[in-house]
Amino acid sequence: MKAKEYIAARTAKELQDGDVVNLGIGIPTLVVDYLPRDVRVFVHSENGILGVGPSPGPEHADADLVNAGKLPVTVEEGSSFFDSAASFGMIRGGHVDVTILGTLEINQRGQIANWAVPGKAVLGVGGAMDLLEGAGKVIVATMHTNKDGQPKIVKETSLELTSLRPVDLIVTELAVFCVRDGRLRLIELAPHSTLEEVRQKTGAEFDIEWRENMETKGV
Amino acid sequence: MAKIIDAKEAVALIKDGDCLMVGGFGLVGCPLTIVNELSQSHAKDLTIISNNLGEPGKGLGVLVLQKRVKKAIGSYFTSNPDVVQANQKGELEIQLLPQGTLAEAIRAGGAGIGGFYTPTGVGTKLAEGKERKLINGKEYLFEPSLRADVALIRAYKADRLGNLIYRKSSRNFNPMMATAAATVIAEVDEIVDVGALSAEEIVTPHLFVDYLTVKGECRL
Repeated sequence: MKAKEYIAARTAKELQDGDVVNLGIGIPTLVVDYLPRDVRVFVHSENGILGVGPSPGPEHADADLVNAGKLPVTVEEGSSFFDSAASFGMIRGGHVDVTILGTLEINQRGQIANWAVPGKAVLGVGGAMDLLEGAGKVIVATMHTNKDGQPKIVKETSLELTSLRPVDLIVTELAVFCVRDGRLRLIELAPHSTLEEVRQKTGAEFDIEWRENMETKGV
Repeated sequence: MAKIIDAKEAVALIKDGDCLMVGGFGLVGCPLTIVNELSQSHAKDLTIISNNLGEPGKGLGVLVLQKRVKKAIGSYFTSNPDVVQANQKGELEIQLLPQGTLAEAIRAGGAGIGGFYTPTGVGTKLAEGKERKLINGKEYLFEPSLRADVALIRAYKADRLGNLIYRKSSRNFNPMMATAAATVIAEVDEIVDVGALSAEEIVTPHLFVDYLTVKGECRL
């Protein structure tokens, strides 16, 4: 399984039956492909859809039916459409259970910077700040390092923060961290990664709090 | 009762220096027939409240290339490099708002509310210069509401009174914009007889709508 698919599959395990989930662009959109059969979630798209279904084939695309990434989607039975004010009322008002987002960087306290691209004019924010503010649980699903191989998890980010609120969980191709009391806690290693590799590719301090069956891996 | 006009007559209602609200999330739900007609007209120094400014050379993006937009208020302009360039050259002022704050500012403007406090953006770059207030121990930012001279919106069907229904995710900002401008022009696929739309399905009641324009062949 490739890195991005692994991240999506691992993130999918965090979702519970009945969750209302908002998915960011990129890896997060893959997550629903890996849901177990007995878990049904309701995908919320901030441009005004609850109940987003799989993407249609090109021949079935409807110009009036897109997700927040402006890609054609379908809707499931029981879906609904609403305006942007209602949609962000759902988000800010705490009615969306989980949001899964990508990020540029994450600091040592679990705060993310995912809107202002370095070196470019800061002219787009979209719904990122509202989602960080209001979603019940925030999961970051991201590659562990950026395109230049540099850590995305750093002590302090020089990029503009999206919110003061820390995220709840970080899932990468190497590891899973949770954030509690303003500290990163490594809770799981991916099957082929090692603690040494995670330390080497992480630019921040973290505690170790193994969950599940990590002891049996001999780490 | 809403008056039925063509796109040329719609554009004639827009004056130099006007503030416009234009519906749409990208090009989805944008009244492209009227916007295309606007690009053939001469109204300039426009302030445009819209989530985006079209795409390169498409929709509102054409007005940007024509240097007729003085200021834009929206949430996501990075998808159109022409907007970024115009801003860097100092030709286009941009006010960036989180998308939920933008939507709520328009809703509030149409509902007679002067402004509101939102927690979104507290502690970020977008909080700079905004009044902060603690409410029940939580910090909020003040955001004034938005209104416009003219709203150009997109709906699916209208009846002759001006009642509107929308289609799928093209609804987005349109219903709020219908409430928040002195003059509201709705571009629709079709105008049907009064009574043909069920009272239960009407999203925008006719009292908000001044003019109806039937969508033409869109040049994209």
